Amino acid sequence: MTVESTAARKPRRSGAKRSTSARSTKKQSAEPELVQLLTPEGERVEHPDYAIDPTPDELRGLYRDMVLTRRFDAEATTLQRQGELGLWASLLGQEAAQIGSGRALHDDDYVFPTYREHGVAWCRGVDPTNLLGMFRGVNHGGWDPNSNNFHLYTIVIGSQTLHATGYAMGVAKDGADSAVLAYFGDGASSQGDVAESFTYSAVYNAPVVFFCQNNQWAISEPTEKQTRVPLYQRAQGYGFPGVRVDGNDVLACLAVTKAALERARTGQGPMLVEAFTYRMGAHTTSDDPTRYRSSEERELWETKDPILRLRTLLTNEKLADDAFFDALEQESDALAKRVREAVRSMPDPDDMALFEHTYADGHALVDEERAQFAAYQASFETAEEGI
Amino acid sequence: MAAQKMSLSKAINASLRTALDNDPKVLIMGEDVGKLGGVFRVTDGLQKDFGEDRVIDTPLAESGIVGTAIGLALRGYRPVVEIQFDGFVFPAYDQIVTQLAKMHARSLGKVKMPVVIRIPYGGGIGAVEHHSESPEALFAHVAGLKVISPSNASDAYWMLQQAIGSDDPVIYFEPKRRYHDKGEVDTSAIPGPLHAARVVRPGTDLTLAAYGPMVKVALDAAAAAAEEGKSLEVVDLRSMSPIDFDTVQQSVERTGRLVVVHEAPVFLGTGSEIAARITERCFYHLQAPVLRVGGYHAPYPPSRLEDEYLPDLDRVLDAVDRALAY
Repeated sequence: MTVESTAARKPRRSGAKRSTSARSTKKQSAEPELVQLLTPEGERVEHPDYAIDPTPDELRGLYRDMVLTRRFDAEATTLQRQGELGLWASLLGQEAAQIGSGRALHDDDYVFPTYREHGVAWCRGVDPTNLLGMFRGVNHGGWDPNSNNFHLYTIVIGSQTLHATGYAMGVAKDGADSAVLAYFGDGASSQGDVAESFTYSAVYNAPVVFFCQNNQWAISEPTEKQTRVPLYQRAQGYGFPGVRVDGNDVLACLAVTKAALERARTGQGPMLVEAFTYRMGAHTTSDDPTRYRSSEERELWETKDPILRLRTLLTNEKLADDAFFDALEQESDALAKRVREAVRSMPDPDDMALFEHTYADGHALVDEERAQFAAYQASFETAEEGI
Repeated sequence: MAAQKMSLSKAINASLRTALDNDPKVLIMGEDVGKLGGVFRVTDGLQKDFGEDRVIDTPLAESGIVGTAIGLALRGYRPVVEIQFDGFVFPAYDQIVTQLAKMHARSLGKVKMPVVIRIPYGGGIGAVEHHSESPEALFAHVAGLKVISPSNASDAYWMLQQAIGSDDPVIYFEPKRRYHDKGEVDTSAIPGPLHAARVVRPGTDLTLAAYGPMVKVALDAAAAAAEEGKSLEVVDLRSMSPIDFDTVQQSVERTGRLVVVHEAPVFLGTGSEIAARITERCFYHLQAPVLRVGGYHAPYPPSRLEDEYLPDLDRVLDAVDRALAY
């Protein structure tokens, strides 16, 4: 099936309903089926609703994106261990979900990430080093969201889904044919803001796609602590389609997100995509998953690794040779080196930055306190001169 | 345009109308703001004239109202949202505090948040629970927000114009019990600075500082005190963040005494901050400690008791007498 045929479908007859719910009702006790186009063994499979025919270049590109993202992520974890970053939220294991969905976007689409969407940032052309300022503690984000249509990382869980919905309402008002992609996780699915964003987007038919990376764990709490139904099924109650996709299958994530975005762009309203994946690492570098989950579980998910399965496909289909993989490894190392150097040379902000940007139009109290602070700082210099 | 006499709520309506006329990016959002014109009819007729696309009835979810307004602001719109009553703002408090207030700083100034949140506030209307509160200090405490409250029709018009024109988020507290009070509004006037306090009655013996619904109470108290031969100066603060301490200071340097009046509980309220600052600035001018008159540290009472809870002329004059007794 092509993107066009998905777009032509009426919202009521959702792709999700036909493609997954209809089938899964036959075996209700089992886990619902997920859209898969590339098996963990690296074999291409077809799905009636989500056909995709990537060129060898595109396949290599997706592989490169995932490898570089993983390398960047590993480097950031290392930098945290070495004290260069205060914290890092690793995306390890979620590369396919992020690269697949990220590469489904058009330039004029807009993304609202959580704080873990390093792979999506990569797809949007945000320089990886820009992501590290907040984790080093030199800013709270600071990149220009409008440069890459990639909003700042949002730390409060679920808040950004409402921003995405409002932004999408604006897109619709402007008559633009772009879409908005809102990321959140299984934990966030319990937040009221996420529920409200489903309500608002449905009521206003806003062109927003909700991309839930269900990585099974909200810090220590498994998805069972968040929901009694598969998360994608929540969409049905709000009146828009939901679909579960193999979140470790970059092709499925790409195909489904493309279809969902196209649906939104063509005025058919929101859609929920649940990318079923796994957080291979800790919640953040401050977390210790050995306290709440088994190593067997992780080992099981290692067999579903998103990068390995695409490498298998590329190798088996002879779409990439050793020269390609070697060059990519060198590129990865160069990226890591660049990131490492950038972080180490990242200057602390000037003391007076404390007062900057609190308001756009200024504020008398901030002015007063800034002056007091400056005088206080200067008093030490004067005292030293006096000695 | 000549000055017209209109009620405070009509002045807000006129101000919203002007803003919708002047800037296609201005949107009105809230519960029941469309066909009904809001539960207080403040937005009466706006949806009819500007359409459902610009005067938007929202789902009954306050966090959603503010959260989507943030998204619309990111898209270049200037949403003016209504929270139906003071006590219903708290589902949106998270979005206001963690997102709206901080977005400009988080983005190092690259993202502006021109969002106005209108909140009818205060008591004195015999309402049920959650319909009479004064939560302004909870917002003034948050860096990144500006908090204002008009006390009269002219300020209601102009302060809202200025709030909508601001690139910062502004919480605009409407004194609901003054909605029907009429005053002159000159829509062709040139307004003064948004956050400047104003001396609304000159006096020499003591300064009464108030805002919103309490300005009338302060003026009434000053009139009553005049009959007893006491000259009270009344300052309409107009803005709770920032607070125009300079104007209060200048007044207190003349009078030597200050009483701050608001409906909100006095504990850690606007009056507490003014007392601290003015004590610091005017220590050698003060003839008496700064006194506060306001609500008690108790939930807003059932309406049969609200007259005991709310500052009135007698409670203000009681504080005035205590200050003058030093």
